Amino acid sequence: MIPFQYTKANDVTDAVRLIAANGGAKFIAGGTNLLDLMKDNVERPTTLIDISRLPLTSVEETASGGLRIGALVPNADLAWHPLIEKRYPLLASAIMAGASQQLRNMASTGGNLLQRTRCAYFYDTATPCNKRQPGSGCSALNGVSRGHAILGASASCIATHPSDMCVALAALDATVHVTGPTGARVIPFADFHRLPGDTPHVDTNLGPDEIITAIEVPAKGFAANHSYLKIRDRMSYAFALVSVAAALELKDGTIQEARLALGGVAHKPWRDVAAEGALRGRPAEEASFARAADLLLRDARPQAHNGFKVDLARRAIIRTLSQAAHGTPQSQSNKTIQ
Amino acid sequence: MQDGAVQSGASPHPLPQKISVTLIVNGIERRLSVLPWVSLLDTLRDHLDLTGTKKGCDHGQCGACTVLVDGRRINSCLTLAVMRDGAHVTTVEGLATDGALDPLQQAFIDHDAFQCGYCTPGQICSGVGLIAEGRAKSADEIREAMSGNICRCGAYPNIVAAVQQAMGTRP
Repeated sequence: MIPFQYTKANDVTDAVRLIAANGGAKFIAGGTNLLDLMKDNVERPTTLIDISRLPLTSVEETASGGLRIGALVPNADLAWHPLIEKRYPLLASAIMAGASQQLRNMASTGGNLLQRTRCAYFYDTATPCNKRQPGSGCSALNGVSRGHAILGASASCIATHPSDMCVALAALDATVHVTGPTGARVIPFADFHRLPGDTPHVDTNLGPDEIITAIEVPAKGFAANHSYLKIRDRMSYAFALVSVAAALELKDGTIQEARLALGGVAHKPWRDVAAEGALRGRPAEEASFARAADLLLRDARPQAHNGFKVDLARRAIIRTLSQAAHGTPQSQSNKTIQ
Repeated sequence: MQDGAVQSGASPHPLPQKISVTLIVNGIERRLSVLPWVSLLDTLRDHLDLTGTKKGCDHGQCGACTVLVDGRRINSCLTLAVMRDGAHVTTVEGLATDGALDPLQQAFIDHDAFQCGYCTPGQICSGVGLIAEGRAKSADEIREAMSGNICRCGAYPNIVAAVQQAMGTRP
């Protein structure tokens, strides 16, 4: 870790002013990913601006029937918030599928969106990595690529986004509220994270002098028919090889609306509206789910070591949609997959 | 480097100064002066001589550094002391009351819930946090909620039994 200055922001305006005035500065809230990366010299901020005490910790109902979640609500508090458990159990489940309780107690909602990839080459400063050092090359392309992307990757980067929470937020069609020097704006969740292209060092469309203030989820929570299924190398406290967030609205066994997003397969939470559209009007049965899975994976391009992910993703999509249709969401403590 | 001072010449930025921090550790107010990058874990061990809290991976993966901050279990290796000004910190040294072990400490003894003992302070602080949360009840739920604490000796079944005993779900 390199030496750095430390300062506290008094309010959101102050935070934006401080970050705009300090080129090498970063915000710190939960710190669980940033400090980890700083210890490995992957992140090297010259100043940390502490935003952890800003009053962005409430969960409030919106006029349109949704919820506005403060950017500094800890992950654990969000998963266990009565309104989230009741109306957005898909989000609660996805949060509980990630990290450990200690980390969920620390990590913030906004920070969860901004966590960096866990690609081992990104962490290893002895190896080239276009995300860490633009133009240096991608070590994963010809290295160990078992955990890497099968969708939306580029010749510059095949890393995946590590979040579980974000997969549910993508499926729920959340929006990200941010504030910068020129005021506030709202970013649709699908536009928040970026595909790597030839600029994999830029993870999101958040401006360098902008701060996330809140995440908003719309009224529709799919509480009756949803599931979050996470497949990983060990049964807890590991990043996803493939995860699936599925939500359905059913009427007499027919799908009225569907949401489908995947984690562990791309540089961003991978929501596919075409696959969702293919489910609409179809019977809630395996043949429909298989068709949607094939559609979602139509452009899948596995790397040298992760060909298994394509079949795993297909089966996980079918299983998760089936769990959602039956109203039997995956438990995050009993690991048996029904 | 001497006493954490920063070598000059390497950076155009002014040298970081030590920052005053007050922590209430195991009920006792401790006033400290620490550099910005000192973790809460290093503060406890190196500045306050509370070496019960262990440094395992120093990356939030093993749970050996688990302490309670304002009643919640966290990884003390992944938080800076300067960010915790005014916080109440409970370490394994602060769990006993007037010489009487915390029920979970006693349960770890009763169930032989450790071998080498290195992960034990973190396991116990994590378990105390788990019980306070009031969420995990079944063995499956306890296992999942304790997954942030690695035991290299593999005492997991005994740890689950100890947590269940302290929780009162088992005689």
